[in-house]
Amino acid sequence: MLAWTILISFLGAAALVLLPAESRRAARHTALLTALAGLACALAGAVQYERSAASGAPVDLVNFSWIADLHIHFHLAADGVSITLVLLTGIAAVAGVLFSWNIERRTREFFALYLALIGSVYGVFLSFDLFLLFVFYELAIIPKYFLIAVWGSTRREYGAMKLALYSLVGSAMVLVGLIAAYVVSGAQTFDLTELAKYHFPAAFQHWAFPLVFVGFAILAGLWPFHTWAPTGHVAAPTAGSMLLAGVVMKLGAYGALRVAMTLFPEGLRAWQNEIALLAVIGIVYGATVALVQRDLKFVIGYSSVSHMGFVLLGLMTLSKIGLSGAVLQMFSHGIIAGLLFAVVGRMVYDRAHTRDLTELQPMNLSALAPFAAVTFVIAGAASMGLPGFSGFIAELQVLAGAWQVFPRLTLLAGVGILVGIAFMVRVWIKAFFAEGDIKASAIPIEPISMPERAGALVLLGTTVLIGLWPGLLLNLITPTLNSTLFQGMVKGGPQ
Amino acid sequence: MNTIPILSILTVIPLAGGGAALLASGQSKTSRSIAFGASLLSLAVAAAAWAMFDSGRGGAQYVERLAWAPSLGIEYHLGVDGLGLLMVLLSALLAPFAMLASWEIGPNRNLYFALILFLEAGLFGTFTALNFFHWFIYWELGLIPAFFLIKLWGGPRRTRAANQFLIYTLAGSMAMLLAFLALYAATGLFDFEELARLARNGGLDSALFAKLGGSFFKSRETLATVVFFGVFLGFAVKAPLMPFHTWLPSAYTEAPAGTSMLLTGAMSKMGVYGFLRILLPLFPGQMRAMQTPLLCLAVATIVFSAAAALAQRDLKRMVAYSSINHVGYCLLGIFAVVRITGDAGTGSADRAAALNGVMLQMFNHGLTAAALFYFVGLIEMRGGGLRGLDDFGGLRKVAPVFCGLMGITLFASLGLPGLNGFVGEFLIFKGVLPLAGWAAAASTLGLLITAIFLLTILQRVFSGPLPSRWSGWKDLTSGERLTLAPVMALMLLLGTCPQILMRVANPAALALSKLF
Repeated sequence: MLAWTILISFLGAAALVLLPAESRRAARHTALLTALAGLACALAGAVQYERSAASGAPVDLVNFSWIADLHIHFHLAADGVSITLVLLTGIAAVAGVLFSWNIERRTREFFALYLALIGSVYGVFLSFDLFLLFVFYELAIIPKYFLIAVWGSTRREYGAMKLALYSLVGSAMVLVGLIAAYVVSGAQTFDLTELAKYHFPAAFQHWAFPLVFVGFAILAGLWPFHTWAPTGHVAAPTAGSMLLAGVVMKLGAYGALRVAMTLFPEGLRAWQNEIALLAVIGIVYGATVALVQRDLKFVIGYSSVSHMGFVLLGLMTLSKIGLSGAVLQMFSHGIIAGLLFAVVGRMVYDRAHTRDLTELQPMNLSALAPFAAVTFVIAGAASMGLPGFSGFIAELQVLAGAWQVFPRLTLLAGVGILVGIAFMVRVWIKAFFAEGDIKASAIPIEPISMPERAGALVLLGTTVLIGLWPGLLLNLITPTLNSTLFQGMVKGGPQ
Repeated sequence: MNTIPILSILTVIPLAGGGAALLASGQSKTSRSIAFGASLLSLAVAAAAWAMFDSGRGGAQYVERLAWAPSLGIEYHLGVDGLGLLMVLLSALLAPFAMLASWEIGPNRNLYFALILFLEAGLFGTFTALNFFHWFIYWELGLIPAFFLIKLWGGPRRTRAANQFLIYTLAGSMAMLLAFLALYAATGLFDFEELARLARNGGLDSALFAKLGGSFFKSRETLATVVFFGVFLGFAVKAPLMPFHTWLPSAYTEAPAGTSMLLTGAMSKMGVYGFLRILLPLFPGQMRAMQTPLLCLAVATIVFSAAAALAQRDLKRMVAYSSINHVGYCLLGIFAVVRITGDAGTGSADRAAALNGVMLQMFNHGLTAAALFYFVGLIEMRGGGLRGLDDFGGLRKVAPVFCGLMGITLFASLGLPGLNGFVGEFLIFKGVLPLAGWAAAASTLGLLITAIFLLTILQRVFSGPLPSRWSGWKDLTSGERLTLAPVMALMLLLGTCPQILMRVANPAALALSKLF
């Protein structure tokens, strides 16, 4: 069931290319249908997995020999962690289409690239052959480059190029590490489960782990390699930023967990403290920089760096609770950041034609676009980590895990949360609830459209649903963290 | 025992009512009626819970337990003992009162009333939840509506006030969250009762140190103290305890009258409630170790806030500072309880007296302070926005009923026997005097100053020559009299028959006093 997500997305992209260029309506509907079909497959697959595989072990979806000479298999499989992220991709894809409804320029190409990106992302999350994973990972770079360079806004060529270069450098590092692992193991396979059984020499792990981990984590916004993120997010079109923050950053975090941490547990132990420190620096630094930005998209862009820091911190706790928090935070941040970018990029920027806080201030958007204001307030509360939203459960687990290993860093991360609250309140007040003079607010603003409302409700509903019933996802994640693949990295924990 | 989940119903009513009021946008009158109806309905449910409460036994009643996220130790666990029930009833009483105070509030009326109801739901939830997870949801749920109530309907300097309020309170909450996560990381527990049980056996500190101690926290005491301070900070900001009070005067002053009534009447009690429900049972050792500095802070809160009130020229600010002062007595009582005097076992009667006093004071101050803010709101409305101490005079002549009722409230606030404020303060002093005589003695200074500034208000506003521009001052309208009648009746009733409250408070106070 889950493997269909990839196929459907690429088929949708192909169908779009075949459409006549001027049929924008058809293009939109095709994209929406494709995204919905992908989400439906993801949901069905998740239910099926939860019913059938109580053990949390990966379940094979597809496995056939692809390039026999190199022992490369087209091997797709899923466990609780990958399914969580597949679900995220499905939801983000649907919401992204809804928030791109107003794209008039080269609509067909836009959605074709969009679906190709979604398909590649599904592919990364479901690949259990490292070569295949790498192919999908690389494949994702192309559409995201064009999405930004063609449909982007502020300094789009710069943002697109920077993102592409960072991604390519990261994947080069990953590639070197993977080939070395292939050679060193001598196992004649790229299969993740096979390689994970092999015990790599400690000396090898000490350099291979940071190489592969950082190579992936660049895309997760690991400080100090995060600088592509704010510029990329700002340059991208609304759906582009939603996908960048929502799922592309998760590719990095997922790769770091699935590949680097699984294959090289000893290297992981050796570098655990250093990476945790970088993660916490990212948390505090991202929030602090967000506090002083004037461009609303930069605020959200830097806040993403801060929130992804929690993912990396959770990974470094090496406890079940911390890892579970990290995976949940990947999901939660994908939803919340997507929502924030949607409000800022689509609801505010497309109407007010500015994202500058000082220019937004006299407009008093809460009166002009109350729906946008309410959505942003709720999304902001979720982003602050207030209880009742998915981010709270995630940060709660990450911090509880972190207390056991890095008490000092935990206190520092607490400071980061506080700064995170401060910048969000600043945005609330400046962008939405400033007392505007009437003249400026006489600008006619088109009402929030139905697709936007639907998209916002999907994302809001998801974050509240998981915030109130975390079990829905934890039932997928927790058993998987007990499975053999994760045994190498997990030390004891409270549960 | 109970098959009806009365506490869940209680919390759901304002949530649903708030949602309905929001949906009825456009018809501001309809949505207001819906909101008011919902608040009356929750009052009825709270009254029913009060009537059916079995005061014969301590411990939580109306308990509801449901598995929620078992893998995280999260359980839906509700229950009230006497303390919780008192606070639930207080919140239920104040919400309709506060709505009446802002009956004609300006734009977006439906949103205003919905936010008041959400705030009420947050209060109910905080006072009934016994598992940190959803308790914290409600704790924060109260905050966001309060922020917007101040920000959108407040006075001229509302933005700053709302900002300060939110950031201070959230900073406290985050410290508390980190501390609770440390407890959770060490024990895997979120349940207040189970954590308290562990603390009673002395297992909490050692569990903390076993799991989290090491290179950074080298001693058991340091670690437990850091965790204690995290939780403490959350409550100290909310209550507030000096020096964490600086957000309060401007927040209470800028908020619209109805909001100030709920903030001071019920929300400040969330902090005091936290001290009683969480800090005393979970950290008795740390409270005891810190007793002298804590008592000093409580005395400072009492005396300095009274002095600050005396120095104000703005009626609303005066009442705000007097609110800090009155909550200070509660904190004084709580901090004195942890002291050990003489042999073990003695002083338990004093402890019980002090704790009874604290609970009574929480309820009565809620009632009186809300009424005071109501009156100040009326003065502001009639005075065209003026509320300076020196702007008025001689109003007694044109508004005798106004003067009489506000006079009664002022006297209740300064603790005149026969009115509701007296019993709580009396019991607190009766209990604290043998436990921590110096603190009680120093605090009497606060009583004295309070008397001075409250009488000053009475004198400046109601006596003396009547400025000609106020000659048309309207006395209380029949609607206002009707609003005040139940509150006034309650103030007299509780002043003369405090046992109505003691019946419920006493078992909880006894249970708490046995901890020491």
